Amino acid sequence: MKDVIIIGGGVSGCAAARELSRYQADILLIDKEEDVCCGTSKANSAIVHAGFDAPAGSRMAALNVAGSRKMPALAKELDFAYDQCGSLVVCLSEEDRPALEKLYHNGLANGVEGLRIVEQAELRALEPHIADEAVAALWAPTGGIVCPFGLTYAFAENAARNGVQFQFDTEVEKVEPMEGGWRLTTNRGPLEARCIVNAAGVHADELHNQVSDDTMTIVPRRGDYFLLDHAAGNHVRHTIFQLPGKYGKGVLVTPTVHGNLLIGPTATDIDDKEDTATTAAELEEVRSKAGLAVKDLPLRQTITSFAGLRAHELRHEFFIQEAAPGFVDCAGIESPGLSASPAIGEEVARLVQKILDLPDNPHFDPHRQGILDPKTLSFEERAALVRQYPAYGQIICRCETVTEGEIVDAIHRVPGARSLDGVKRRTRAGMGRCQAGFCSPRVLEILARELELPQEEITKCGGASRLIVGTNKDSL
Amino acid sequence: MKQIDLVILGGGPAGLAAAIAAYEAGVRDLVILERDRELGGILNQCIHNGFGLHTFKEELTGPEYAARFAREALTLGIPYKLNTMVLDLSADRVVTAVNRTDGLFQLKAKAVVLAMGCRERPRGALNIPGTRPAGIYTAGTAQRLVNMEGFLPGRRVVILGSGDIGLIMARRMTLEGAKVLCVAELMPYSGGLKRNIVQCLDDFGIPLKLSHTVVDIQGKERVEGITIARVENGKPVPGTEEHFDCDTLLLSCGLLPENELSRSAGVALSPVTGGPLVDESLQTNLPGVFAAGNVLHVHDLVDYVSEEAAAAGRHAAAYILGQKAPAEGEALPVTAVHGVRYTVPTTVHPARLEGSLTLRLRVDGVYRNKVLAVYAGTDCLWRRKRPVLAPGEMETILIKGAALDKLPGCGGLTVTLEEA
Amino acid sequence: MEKRELTCIGCPLGCPLVVTMENGAVLSVTGNTCPRGDAYARKEVTAPSRIVTTTVPVRGGELAAVSVKTAGEIPKSRIFDCVRALKAVTVDAPVTIGQVILGDVAGTGVDVIATKGVAAR
Repeated sequence: MKDVIIIGGGVSGCAAARELSRYQADILLIDKEEDVCCGTSKANSAIVHAGFDAPAGSRMAALNVAGSRKMPALAKELDFAYDQCGSLVVCLSEEDRPALEKLYHNGLANGVEGLRIVEQAELRALEPHIADEAVAALWAPTGGIVCPFGLTYAFAENAARNGVQFQFDTEVEKVEPMEGGWRLTTNRGPLEARCIVNAAGVHADELHNQVSDDTMTIVPRRGDYFLLDHAAGNHVRHTIFQLPGKYGKGVLVTPTVHGNLLIGPTATDIDDKEDTATTAAELEEVRSKAGLAVKDLPLRQTITSFAGLRAHELRHEFFIQEAAPGFVDCAGIESPGLSASPAIGEEVARLVQKILDLPDNPHFDPHRQGILDPKTLSFEERAALVRQYPAYGQIICRCETVTEGEIVDAIHRVPGARSLDGVKRRTRAGMGRCQAGFCSPRVLEILARELELPQEEITKCGGASRLIVGTNKDSL
Repeated sequence: MKQIDLVILGGGPAGLAAAIAAYEAGVRDLVILERDRELGGILNQCIHNGFGLHTFKEELTGPEYAARFAREALTLGIPYKLNTMVLDLSADRVVTAVNRTDGLFQLKAKAVVLAMGCRERPRGALNIPGTRPAGIYTAGTAQRLVNMEGFLPGRRVVILGSGDIGLIMARRMTLEGAKVLCVAELMPYSGGLKRNIVQCLDDFGIPLKLSHTVVDIQGKERVEGITIARVENGKPVPGTEEHFDCDTLLLSCGLLPENELSRSAGVALSPVTGGPLVDESLQTNLPGVFAAGNVLHVHDLVDYVSEEAAAAGRHAAAYILGQKAPAEGEALPVTAVHGVRYTVPTTVHPARLEGSLTLRLRVDGVYRNKVLAVYAGTDCLWRRKRPVLAPGEMETILIKGAALDKLPGCGGLTVTLEEA
Repeated sequence: MEKRELTCIGCPLGCPLVVTMENGAVLSVTGNTCPRGDAYARKEVTAPSRIVTTTVPVRGGELAAVSVKTAGEIPKSRIFDCVRALKAVTVDAPVTIGQVILGDVAGTGVDVIATKGVAAR
């Protein structure tokens, strides 16, 4: 019997795993997908909310502000891409000003530092492409942007480094109490643990409702996004939100840590918890709303569109609680879950520790080093790196200039990349303007070589997502 | 930093032709930098025939056409580096590149020829809604898998876009054992050659659906189905949806010149072609930086790429060897109007013309029985009747002799379509 | 009397051709705007032929496959016979451009030759 099984390898589950690895315990993280970071954590706005939005006094507000405060130091400790670029909530009409004031005061009540309402002239200076209609904005200098993959992998790798085990393609079918813990029935056989962490994202309600009469309902809320090329990355410098009001609820426009521009999301409540298909209507909605707060958006520079699901619990609150003895929920983690994740991980670990009373892990190492990106080195450093490891001199992804060295590193990490998307999320190979057109055959080849598998068995994202279905003429 | 006369960015048909021409014009200190594992560029995966009719008066396959140029470059002893990625080009022609064997290195060049080619428009740029499973490839990626690696990327295929690569891949997938269900084309006409429609689609009974586009993609892990619909005024018409059970969608929806290096160096680009703005010597706004081939504008036939790139190589050589008249003096704008979408070049220095002026262009729609004409101010320099003009076909205009005497002081050139 | 409709491939014009035939003999070609269209139509309805290109796997080469073509046109009806005949073929590196990969493919009297050189690994 394990001490702890964490169900779900999203950012919350991985953050919990990392915080729990501070203790000496037999911990297993399972996920139904082939990798961590395959659900909500891979398709979201990639921002760190300052924390002015969540209702004052809510769990959500407290964890958001706490998570956001931890982010700068954590980014150094765990070596992931984060930029405190600040955010602006743009007010487009004088009649909406009371709502802006209200937001400001909510932020103050939540303890957000540095909040200030900036007037038109200052706003223009901060953001030259702000809409002409903008009258003022709430400026939150502690708002930021983060690589959601980088953050999740950082937590996961650091957890693995400190002893947490990972098991993929494992879907929980049933949760039952047993003597001294819980039994999970999965598609890959039974698993037992003294304590369960339910971090199953959009599916967390299904697990919770098997162990508690105080039921919860998670509605997948889908949001469509556009990602624009680096050429458009400087269009705004801050994360730009639009104040809900006269013109409805807008979409955000934000730079990303990798220099792209991200626009979205819509918010459509749907039934199917796996339905991440974009729709023509929602993409059109993003297109029409994007220009409200920011002008001259170069939407022609779009390189991809995608949709993600937020795990929206009907009560719009985070549920981090012991739902049954030894069964800890980490549920309802919708936005601002990414921002709050460092605090969520700590909160989950605190609850589990209260239950299990684990000894400290004497070997705990809080540091993790990310995949070395040669672009961040000086010419001399980079030249030396290539001399020592020639694979860093072989560019595989042209658009993002990702080298073979980085891809091989990504494959051999724990947990490591096993698919094209796994490589993409870790290294950005295939994330650029050609969207893997040139590099996918090469990445396929490297994955097959490093994993010692035939190329036919390499997938895009696990399961049946094979890229190659046979060889030429095999059916003739 | 190593000094060098000429660096050619790209070892495809354009880069090879430019290198050979520059060598023959007297440049000896040069190098071709190629990012792939062999010379020849995209031709290596274009294994079908139909290349080289203009240049060699015979029909070659892509690899054969590439081999003729590669062999010539090798015979001349032109240095080249494979698996070498250029990371940066500066306005003063410092090329930063990397490979396994030389590591990270810089070359300070007297002249540079941009010959990086083009890439395909990906799905994201097309805004096709639906899921994002495996089984969606650009036609060129599928072509590489099939023709270079011997792998079949799918068995039941829908192709969006009837450009030549899409048509060629319809035949290729069929010959290798896949079933191609249809080719959908957004426009009311195909961007491909008639010959390819007949020999790649009609020969195999593959339907071409004009004015149709993909409106939905189904399948979570692998493509399971595609829905197409008829398009009117750029919008899908509700009720015209047609579903195909398939495991693959190939996209052949246009090519984009690859100018990220050019842009970061400060090369001025045309919003129409996506390629550099050049003068009659194919020189960009940056002195000593020339461009040719698909990085300049997307060509229809490789023969014209070779021809254009050879000119760029000669001009680069003249620049290096100090044989080029200074750029000072009058620069005439070349304006494309009335159905002419763009021209290359976009400026002409009359004083520097060497007895002829080549203008290449494309039109913006299908036209029948028109006259293509070039004016210097109000003087007609050149006019030819054209029974048909189509966006898929590049037009080349060669103006020679006395007509060029009308250029100085004319104020500018205009290229236009007129009624016959 | 039989009518066949074709699209001329001679130039971008793509003339719609109508060939009238009787007992396998061409009676007339209409719709063409030039003599090339007439010649194309007559050939296409009586003895259509194509060059076939594909690849075959290479053993021990720097590349996994080599591109090949029929050295001349083969009857259009034999295209798949040609491809099927190549299904069983693997060549050993090195391969030189122009090398015969399969002689007299599918009994057409036409050889299949390599269109690329592949060095041994």
